[in-house]
Parts: sequence; structure tokens; C-alpha cells
Amino acid sequence: MAERSFEVVKPGLATTVQDLGRPGYYHLGLPLSGAMDRFALIAANRLVGNPDGAAGLEAVFLGPELRFSADALVAITGAELPPKLDGVEQPLWTAFKVAAGQVLSFAFLKGGARAYIAINGGVDVPEVLGSRSTYALGALGGFEGRALKAGDVVPLGAPTTAGGEGKTLPPDGRRPAQESGVEIRVLPGLYWHRITEEAQAGFFEDTWKVAPEADRIGYRFRGGKKLDFVPRQQPFGAGSDPSNIVDSCYPYGSIQVPGGTEPIVLHRDAVSGGGYFMIGTVISADMDLIGQLQPHQPVRFQSVTLEDALTARAVETARLARLGELI
Amino acid sequence: MQTRYSFGGDEHIFVEVDEEMSLEAFFKSLSMTTAVREAGIAGVTEICPANASFQIKFDPDVIAPQALMDQLKGFEAAAEAAEKTIETRIIEIPVLYDDPWTRETLMRFRERHQDPDATDLEYAARVNNYPDVASFIAAHAASPWFVSMVGFVAGLPFTYQLVERDKQIEVPKYLRPRTDTPRLTIGHGGCFGCIYSVRGAGGYQMFGVTPMPIYDPAGKISYLKELMIFRPGDILKFRPIEREEYDATVAAIEAGTFVPKIVPVPFSLDAFTADPAGTNAKLLEALNG
Repeated sequence: MAERSFEVVKPGLATTVQDLGRPGYYHLGLPLSGAMDRFALIAANRLVGNPDGAAGLEAVFLGPELRFSADALVAITGAELPPKLDGVEQPLWTAFKVAAGQVLSFAFLKGGARAYIAINGGVDVPEVLGSRSTYALGALGGFEGRALKAGDVVPLGAPTTAGGEGKTLPPDGRRPAQESGVEIRVLPGLYWHRITEEAQAGFFEDTWKVAPEADRIGYRFRGGKKLDFVPRQQPFGAGSDPSNIVDSCYPYGSIQVPGGTEPIVLHRDAVSGGGYFMIGTVISADMDLIGQLQPHQPVRFQSVTLEDALTARAVETARLARLGELI
Repeated sequence: MQTRYSFGGDEHIFVEVDEEMSLEAFFKSLSMTTAVREAGIAGVTEICPANASFQIKFDPDVIAPQALMDQLKGFEAAAEAAEKTIETRIIEIPVLYDDPWTRETLMRFRERHQDPDATDLEYAARVNNYPDVASFIAAHAASPWFVSMVGFVAGLPFTYQLVERDKQIEVPKYLRPRTDTPRLTIGHGGCFGCIYSVRGAGGYQMFGVTPMPIYDPAGKISYLKELMIFRPGDILKFRPIEREEYDATVAAIEAGTFVPKIVPVPFSLDAFTADPAGTNAKLLEALNG
């Protein structure tokens, strides 16, 4: 048994080990993986004195229950999933001490979708292709290539810094989950020309709701009008449905609409390609936001230019840079 | 062939070499992605060739999107003129056609299929004008197939049948995708074949299974130390087997004694276009000795 570890008493809904991902293998069908809300994982790591890319846990909707074998420093960020230590509530976005034998659990979710649990020293599962992230569809990385189960004993690395208890990120430095009025910015493109002008306008005018089929691979939306296609003779090899294309790569954040009915935004565990047309791509600055959306939550898509996307990206870079000053 | 460039958000450039599938489009896409790799452009993080298109992922904090797009466009003329020849390999894939596992799965999802009263094989044989399933399987297993893309999920090859276009097998995808497909299913949708590397969702028609894993996340299977076997440009050949050989192969893989049949071969698109049957005969001769 590892010197430092925690035991999974209850696994939560789909708690996985994630770091900042596994770039470089998308051409072989292996997606980036890693935290869906990267900002939240980085903030949690900074709070406990870990490097940004240390592996933590991503808990979705329902928190796990973990018993620690050794003293540790822990911080929870992202979704509003209030942590409890031996039943006593602890603050979010703040490093707190856990003593050997104590149990970390969570109250019910109050906002957002994914909480990040950073532990000093990081989760020390073996690196696979340069990352500890779990890619569950390919049974790769993380803890045995899967979400945690009750009884798992998960190893922790040795802490590199001492102290840090009580470190907190002030509220104005956080990015809290939004309850309403969520707008996701999209750069139209890819196969945007395949739908009519009316459908193009309707996509951005309609309010969409997150469908229950929303996971690390992609988020599905419903409730908007069906998109009409510009008529064409289907190209050889594409397949007969007007939403079919000759199978191509799928960008992260790309929005495919099979049959023209329910848009799917691909996320960190994206399928790397396939035969459905895409109308555009969610800008990099808004990918984290999607990871915090709950089923049934209403959202609107907003059309932006490439310049807008780069400006938004700079805002996110500045937010990250500010973490250094605030923590 | 008209090449189209588009930004996929602020981190991707998507290049559609042609709207329709052809080996000419694949080779142009492959030449362009090779040129990008060899140029070693700072800020390019992923280079993903696909059937008739490709995608570049980049860091816009390192290279301006428009500058990268201009650079990509600069590779186009040379790619078009490049020699369409590769040094590749032919890999034999044993297949148990009409196996019990895909049959059980396709029965479970019958209401999502165009023809709920037929199996996928019966349907595919009919819409491709074969008199029966046996002659359809014979055609599927007769010619080599070209791996024109790897992706969707880990290590999954998209395969393109090396015959004249009017002889290529074409089938629609399921009306609605299945939520389950057995691991190592031999599938087909549009003009593309595939081998499902993992169990999961899928929309392709299902014809059989191979006992030979093509992806091993644990890296324990002797020929899968690099986790997966296929690269774009590989050529594969299906060989029909019976249940007995299927079971024996599964056992050999578990025992670590199975060695896949892989032979290096050159492939020239011009030679194939001029004489498909003759080129295929040479490929099969290389494989079967």
C-alpha cells in the first residue's frame, strides 16, 4: 500500500482522476481528457501548493466519500458542492487540513455540475502517455481506466510544500457557476453553409436546454427549432442523411447536429471524428463553462468573430494570471 | 476537388480537401499534413489527417490563427503535385462473419434500423445487389481495404474498399445510432468500413467480429505495446474464419502466442487507378506469399 492514500467509501456518481490532459494523440482517436473545468482544477491545485498539472478528482453532481490514510491538505473548487470533514462543513475555494483517519464527504449540490478535489502531493496513479487523466471510454489512464468505486485505495504523492492551511481564493477571483442567463460563445464555421439562413438565425435566437445526455464526451442540447438544410446531392461516401458528411475530424467544442435536431458540443473526452456535419465551434474561453452546466439548464448560443474569441481568451488568461496574485 | 479552409473556434483549423471521398483527396490530405509536420511550425499541437479532410490544433498564443491558415494554404499546390506513393504494410484481419454477438446486438436495436425484418448482412447484401449473404461476404473479404482515417474512438480504423467506385459497398448508417456495439465489430456506413476498437455507441451496420484486438489500453498484448495497431495509410485484408478458429485465436491471444500477419508493401495511387485488379493481386501476393 502506498504511504499516503485515501480509501473510497462511497464513489459518488462518476468521480474520476483528472489532470490537464493528454495532448498529442487525437490523430489516433485518443482525446485530450483532463478536467472539464480547467480553471477550477488549477485553482484547487494552487490552493494546496500543487503544480497546476497535478492530478485531482473531478466529481460530477454528487460528491464521493473518502477516508484519508495520512494527513493532507485539501481544497474543493468548481461546482458548489459543500465539503464536510467528519460531518462538519468546510469552506469552498479554501485549503483545509484533513487528519489521518478523517472522512471527507459532501453535502448536496447547490450549483454547477463538477467539483474539483485537489490534495497536496496530487493523486499518484501511473502516468499513461504523459497524463494521469481518466479516459473511461478507452479504459485508459486514471485509476484502472475507470471512475472510482467503493473500496478503491488511491495513492497520493508526497507533498512538495508545507503548510498552506486556510489559503483561500477571494470570491471576485473565482468563476462561480451561473444559474441563469448562460451564454455560450460560438464561432460559426466548419459546415455552417449546410443549413439555411433561417436555420442559422434560429440557432442563435432559440433558447436551448441541456439534455440528460451530457457527459465528458459531449453535451447535448434540445428545445430549439430543427435546422433545415440547404438541399444538395449528397457527396460520395457521406451517407444519405442531409446531416451526414464524409467522416472528418471533430474539433474540441465543435457543435454537431445529427438529423438537424439536437446539437451536441464535444468536450474533453470527445470522439475524434465522425460523419455528422458541424455548424461551428464553442470558443476556448467558454469550454470550462459547459462543464458546469446541469441537465435542463437553459442556455443561448451567441455568435462571435475570431477576434472576439481571441479577446475572450485573453480575459481567461488574465484570470489565470490573477490567481498567482490572489493565492 | 475544391479545398475549403475554416476555423474550428480559436484553436483549430479545419481543411476539407474535397466534399466527396476519393483516394486522391486522401493522398492530398496526407501530403498536406506531412508538410505541416515537416515544417515544425511552433504552436501546432495536433495534426489529424482524416478521409478527405484534416485538422490542425494550435495554440493561438504562440501563432496567430490567420498566419497559420495562410501557411497551410501555401502547402496546397505542392501537395497536389506530390507523388501519391507510400511505403506501408498490409495487415490480415481474421473475421467471424454473422457471429452470435453482433447478431444479438442488432436484434436488440432492430427498431432503429431501416429494415427491421432483416439482419444487417441481409440488408447490406440486398441494397448492394448481391443475390445472397454468402456472395456479399465473399466480396467484402475479397479485396484489400485502405485505412483512410484513425479515430472516433481509440485506434478505430476507417477503411476504404480498394475496388472501382461502382463496385464499392455502400450502406446507410442506422436510422438512429445504437447505444451498444460489441468490441471488435466489423462495421460499415456510407462507403466506409471500420473495426470498433472498444465496446460502445455506433451507427454502422454490423457484419461480424474479429478475435484480434486492435487496441489495448494496458499495453499487455504482445503486438499492442504501442496500445493500438493502425495508422492512416495501412492496408488491411479480411479473411473469413469459422467459430473454431475464432476460439483458437482468442485463446492464442490470451496465451501471448498470437502473431498478426503483417507484411510491408508499397502502394501507388497511380498504379492502383490504372489497374485496380492487378495492384490488388500484388498486394495479396505479398500477404500470402
